[in-house]
Amino acid sequence: MSKNGVGREIPNYIEGIGHLKPYEKPFSVIPNGNKAGAKLKRPLPHASKMVESIEEVIIATGLRDGMTISFHHHFRNGDYIVNMVMNVIAKLGIKNLRIAPSSLSTCHSSLIDHIKNGIITGIETSGIREPLGTAISQGIMNKPVIIRSHGGRARAIESGQLKIDVAFLGVPACDDYGNANGFSGKSACGSLGYAKVDAKYADQVVLITDNLVEYPCLPASIDQSQVDYVVKVESIGDPKGIVSGAIRNTTNPKDLLIAENAVKSILASGYFKEGFSYQTGAAGASLAVTALLREKMIEQNIKGSFGLGGITAQLVQLLEEGLMKGLYDTQSFDLVAAESLGRNTNHIEVDAGFYANPHNSGCAVNKLDIVMLGALEIDTDFNVNVISKSDGVISQAAGGHPDTAAGANMSVILAPLIRSRIPIIVDKVTTVVTPGETIDVVVTDYGIAVNPLRQDLIDKFKKANIKLYTINELQEIAEKLTGKPDKIEFDDKIVGIVEYRDGTVIDVIKKIKNSN
Amino acid sequence: MVKLRRTMMYVTGNNPANVMDAHLYGSDSIMFDLEDSVSIKEKDSARILVYNALKTMDYGEVETVVRINGLDTPFGRADLEAMVRAKPDIIRLPKAEKAEDVMEVDNIITEIEIKIGMEVGTTKMMAAIESPLGVINAYDIAKASKRLVAIAIGAEDFVTNMKTTRSPEGIELLVARSQLVLAARAAGIYALDTVYSNLKNDEGFIDEVKLIKQLGFDGKSVIHPRQIGLTHKIYTPTEKEIKNAIRVVDAIKEAEEKGSGVIALDGKMIDGPIVDRAYRVLELAKAAGVYKEDEQNV
Repeated sequence: MSKNGVGREIPNYIEGIGHLKPYEKPFSVIPNGNKAGAKLKRPLPHASKMVESIEEVIIATGLRDGMTISFHHHFRNGDYIVNMVMNVIAKLGIKNLRIAPSSLSTCHSSLIDHIKNGIITGIETSGIREPLGTAISQGIMNKPVIIRSHGGRARAIESGQLKIDVAFLGVPACDDYGNANGFSGKSACGSLGYAKVDAKYADQVVLITDNLVEYPCLPASIDQSQVDYVVKVESIGDPKGIVSGAIRNTTNPKDLLIAENAVKSILASGYFKEGFSYQTGAAGASLAVTALLREKMIEQNIKGSFGLGGITAQLVQLLEEGLMKGLYDTQSFDLVAAESLGRNTNHIEVDAGFYANPHNSGCAVNKLDIVMLGALEIDTDFNVNVISKSDGVISQAAGGHPDTAAGANMSVILAPLIRSRIPIIVDKVTTVVTPGETIDVVVTDYGIAVNPLRQDLIDKFKKANIKLYTINELQEIAEKLTGKPDKIEFDDKIVGIVEYRDGTVIDVIKKIKNSN
Repeated sequence: MVKLRRTMMYVTGNNPANVMDAHLYGSDSIMFDLEDSVSIKEKDSARILVYNALKTMDYGEVETVVRINGLDTPFGRADLEAMVRAKPDIIRLPKAEKAEDVMEVDNIITEIEIKIGMEVGTTKMMAAIESPLGVINAYDIAKASKRLVAIAIGAEDFVTNMKTTRSPEGIELLVARSQLVLAARAAGIYALDTVYSNLKNDEGFIDEVKLIKQLGFDGKSVIHPRQIGLTHKIYTPTEKEIKNAIRVVDAIKEAEEKGSGVIALDGKMIDGPIVDRAYRVLELAKAAGVYKEDEQNV
């Protein structure tokens, strides 16, 4: 055991995983070596890549016990691919697989049975929802899952730490030779930013589509030089679960209040100026921030340089109105964004490595000025938990949280001070996903707190007459209303390892008590 | 400093989440309702919730108002017993029709204050006028009690009694509103306007706030946080108004320093009403955060 840079006890070694390197500081790891790469191939001219069925393609790839397979999560909760492929793998009797999807959703509950049956013995991903998350937190797996941020996953793949044998990638439009994009067809999801990494680095790449188009599929996000097989199926996902229509601006007063407080912080920060860059999520308060910021951009005649990350209709509006020069899109959050990607030349699809891999020659988050982020818990050291709920169960995702927080000039957490009668500010977060050192501002409905490490921001906010609280004061306000919640009890068994983006271990997740 | 009552936000008394955080949205006052928005079955729980909230919550600078049930209901007396003890800034009486309605509540409050050893007069009152008879008696109502700090018009019952409905222009309320402001001004207390219920029509809301501001109302009753900012914006003086007010105030100070009786600005005499208006402009500007006394700038 050793204590890491955020004070968490990290075991030196875990059976089945290997030696763990404790997290130190956000940028303390200097990597060695070169990027990994896919296998060399020799496809013969005019040979077909088309395979009749999932079963045939699994056999063709030579998938066998002990291998690693991957998926992407661009279809979110509408995804059919993971279940489709895993069910056939189960039928073929292949066991002991490590799966490395970029994230897992509620629709993937059938994986619980595959875990119980020994088909899946390892999971490495960025997020796990219930009920799978609950099962893992109850100790269903012998080997802990590894949670990585989007940038961390790209780094792990590109560095060779996470070697993918076969990537099964659902694509909304694809030709018979493996050129594919995400913005056309009935299952359009927009950017294929996470899948692009797998396509480039996996030894074998299988594209699965429900929309086979004539060669060449133009433009292509994943191209023929990376793809080994193409399978046409009836349907790759439920469009309703893949993307929503344009998400309407919130009328929830609490979200609006938090957004107004956030905009005050942005305006006072000094980063809101010509050429600023910006990232936000798709939650109510984040969307409202973008809408309010747009008004300020028009009012003050300020134009931004780029919008990053999960792209929403609101950011597309900024682009189309000339308020943002470009958009870097790893993941399209709604149908408007998905369509814009195919239409707007400055709406650029980027892969997760370009987005956030800390160990390439410069990822997009490094050029970010302002990011709006969420939180399940924040502690008085500003550490943030975005993976485990207040009952200690794995249920959310690291996503790009640690990446953008580390990269941005100002990272802002937007959260209600009290959520379902539980204060979000705690003494120690259940699981550290993003280190407090990289979190600058916490904006709640009750008030704003700035990380004492950012005296420059404190001075600027004070000058702008923003009433500031310390994080402890906000905690007191919440606890005065709710009382102090009892601590969650855990067993000693480690069920999850949370890697920081640089590959070191920032925390471990333990099995919840009173579960078999 | 003059107390501003530009916005009074209605909060249903039996909704814990709203009772807990109503003060965060920036209204000048919040009004916990025990009356019309609370169903008969929930009267006790609303009373207990609001009582405990007022006892434990820190609502900061925001003025707290409780609308009790009328004394002609089975709940009015119990509401008063609890609320005087809970010490909101103001207890609001619904449906006042004559001075006696106010006096009756005043007397009961006095009784309770004496009983619990509270200084008599601590509890302030507000009365809502919601009927033709109330409008006719507005002045008598406005001066019926020293506790009374404001009267408010409630339009829905009033227009129904008048055998009409509310229109976007509000012509049907013009006399009642004017009468109410007159009464309030004559009695030296505040006048507050009724609610605007269509949350989807910001334009209509803004027009109505402009109208009632022009009529002289101190502020508006609001039913949703989004109406607060819209109202405050209208009650925020313009840059030109603020600059002018600063010059008036500076001229008075200068005249006072010189011991000069007559105050002039740009060759024109400044009299009492101009000075009062200038101070009111600056109070509103300060509340809106667009003017700070010490900085003397906009």
